[in-house]
Amino acid sequence: MSEVLLEARRIGKRFGGVQALKDVSLTIKRGEIYGLIGPNGAGKTTLFNVFTGLYPRDSGEVLFAGSPLSLASPHSVAAAGIARTFQNIRLFGNMTAQENVMVGRHVRTRAGVFGAILRTRAERAEEAGIRRRAAELLHYVGIADRADDLARHLSYGDQRRLEIARALATDPKLLALDEPAAGMNATETAALRCLIEGLRKDGLTVLLIEHDVKLVMGLCDRVAVLDYGEKIAEDAPDAVRANPKVIEAYLGTDH
Amino acid sequence: MKTTRSGVSEKANACESRRYAVAKSHRERVGLVLVAVALMALPFVLASAGTAWVRITNFAVLFVLLSLGLNIVVGFAGLLDLGYIAFYAVGAYVYALLASPHFGLHLPFWIILPIGAAVACLAGIVLGAPTLRLRGDYLAIVTLGFGEIVRIFMNNLSSPVNLTNGPKGINRIDPFQIGPLKFSASDTFGSLIFSGPIKYYYFLLLVLLAVIVINRRLQDSRIGRAWVAIREDEIAAKAGGINTRNIKLLAFAMGASFGGIAGGMFAAIQGFVSPESFILNESIMVLAMVVLGGMGNIWGVIAGAALLSFVPELLRYTVEPAQRALFGKLLVDPEVLRMLVFGLALVLTMRFRPAGLWPETRHRRELNEGRV
Ligand SMILES: Nc1ncnc2c1ncn2[C@@H]1O[C@H](COP(=O)(O)OP(=O)(O)O)[C@@H](O)[C@H]1O
Ligand SMILES: [Mg+2]
Repeated sequence: MSEVLLEARRIGKRFGGVQALKDVSLTIKRGEIYGLIGPNGAGKTTLFNVFTGLYPRDSGEVLFAGSPLSLASPHSVAAAGIARTFQNIRLFGNMTAQENVMVGRHVRTRAGVFGAILRTRAERAEEAGIRRRAAELLHYVGIADRADDLARHLSYGDQRRLEIARALATDPKLLALDEPAAGMNATETAALRCLIEGLRKDGLTVLLIEHDVKLVMGLCDRVAVLDYGEKIAEDAPDAVRANPKVIEAYLGTDH
Repeated sequence: MKTTRSGVSEKANACESRRYAVAKSHRERVGLVLVAVALMALPFVLASAGTAWVRITNFAVLFVLLSLGLNIVVGFAGLLDLGYIAFYAVGAYVYALLASPHFGLHLPFWIILPIGAAVACLAGIVLGAPTLRLRGDYLAIVTLGFGEIVRIFMNNLSSPVNLTNGPKGINRIDPFQIGPLKFSASDTFGSLIFSGPIKYYYFLLLVLLAVIVINRRLQDSRIGRAWVAIREDEIAAKAGGINTRNIKLLAFAMGASFGGIAGGMFAAIQGFVSPESFILNESIMVLAMVVLGGMGNIWGVIAGAALLSFVPELLRYTVEPAQRALFGKLLVDPEVLRMLVFGLALVLTMRFRPAGLWPETRHRRELNEGRV
């Protein structure tokens, strides 16, 4: 599979005096796990926010599944097939785990006010489908037994899983995970790794920001390195690890 | 939802809880029947204490309707609206203009009420559209301004074209009429006297039932979940594929429509409308009902609205005679005491039950979970 799913061309983004992204170009191929690493403040999250329409970009364009991606509104990005999780978990705290995932189905369902008020046959069928899919996804990420618990009462690791389940509920072509292992213990990280490998097996493309270098190097097919908003490398994990620029900018400071 | 709970060790528990659920739903049904019977009998009981009490009850039901409408905006979608009474005003004036000698129009109520709802809905969108980017305090200020603007319009749209008749208001508004059944006159069936207010009461009860059903269905739907998601985390909602702009507008529009219908009925029941019925205080009162009862929970909101409607009236009717009996003269004006009690109730609620007297089930469910 060498078909390109997402191609970003010369993305630029500036916050006041900070050039958070400088002409970043990258291509993500269908079915791969693409890692994005870099020191704190390198611009990884900002790139996510641009890809998902949360921040307007200053320059550049994004092609997704062969056509230009309108980044004007986050919901249309979700509709196009990009789902994400957040570095600081953002769940709907006072909704149950199941309801959180059900919200994720919003973009793939249609029922409106009148359908809901009249409980039309179509609306009921759709609701049942939403419920079923949500249950499946909770099971898939391994938290089916927490379905009726409020999201904010889940353990940290389960909240990360729930966020992934909610993202999967939008039927994404590309799943973007922003530091999913942050704050996890070794067991939780190992379980997360299994989950992400399972996603790849099921044909999903994953864009993974991660601080845990071992996790990234073990999981990813290709890795890009950001430093001060610039992409300084993009290659297979081993090649990236050997890249002197990378060692200097990132690995060197950490190891 | 319960079926997804798995685990072998919980099997016995599950059986028990199912039996409990059946017993509970049976109890609930009996409870509902009792409540229904009580509500049907209520106006006759009240009428024996004076027709005024039936009127008071009718106005209380109107406020319950308003609170349920505002609950969609504030409770579900989490958008603080301090000008909600404007939609009540719009509904009331639409009714007044289309069924009074003012323009000489006398349309039947079942045509006007939907028109009122539609116009109020439009007003809701007009308010919602420019405020979509605002939240919290900022939204509160703008909506407050909107409410005042609508009232001021009604005060001043009397020249050059006399649209609203200004501060004098519009009177001699047609009461409801269904075929030969006039809501302005009394009918007797056997020994029961159906006075005008009693007829309105039953009509209001029907509307209330419909509004409750609509609210519950909305809450439990794709749209309702989207509202709550926006309230919980707007950015996550957006990124999760919710068109937050449209869904928020929908909340404003739905809430406003309910307000418009309530306003139409208000105009007919009162027979007279003027801008002073729609002052900021009224918006705040409706908001207080929603907050006091328990934002987001339909039953809590109903309880809050009923409480804040009746308690002041009870005070009005008891404080003065009580003072005269005790001291021989009036020491504290009932109106003063009313505001005092009202303020005290709010302060105590915020101190001891910040989520409201009867908070949203989600919050309660979590309290029960804590025990397991
Ligand atoms: N909303 C924002 N406003 C201002 N500056 C921001 C904002 N978001 C990120 N930045 C800045 O952009 C740079 C990149 O941040 P970020 O993308 O969060 O880095 P990373 O995720 O790689 O740690 C940092 O200097 C950060 O301070
Ligand atoms: Mg980051």
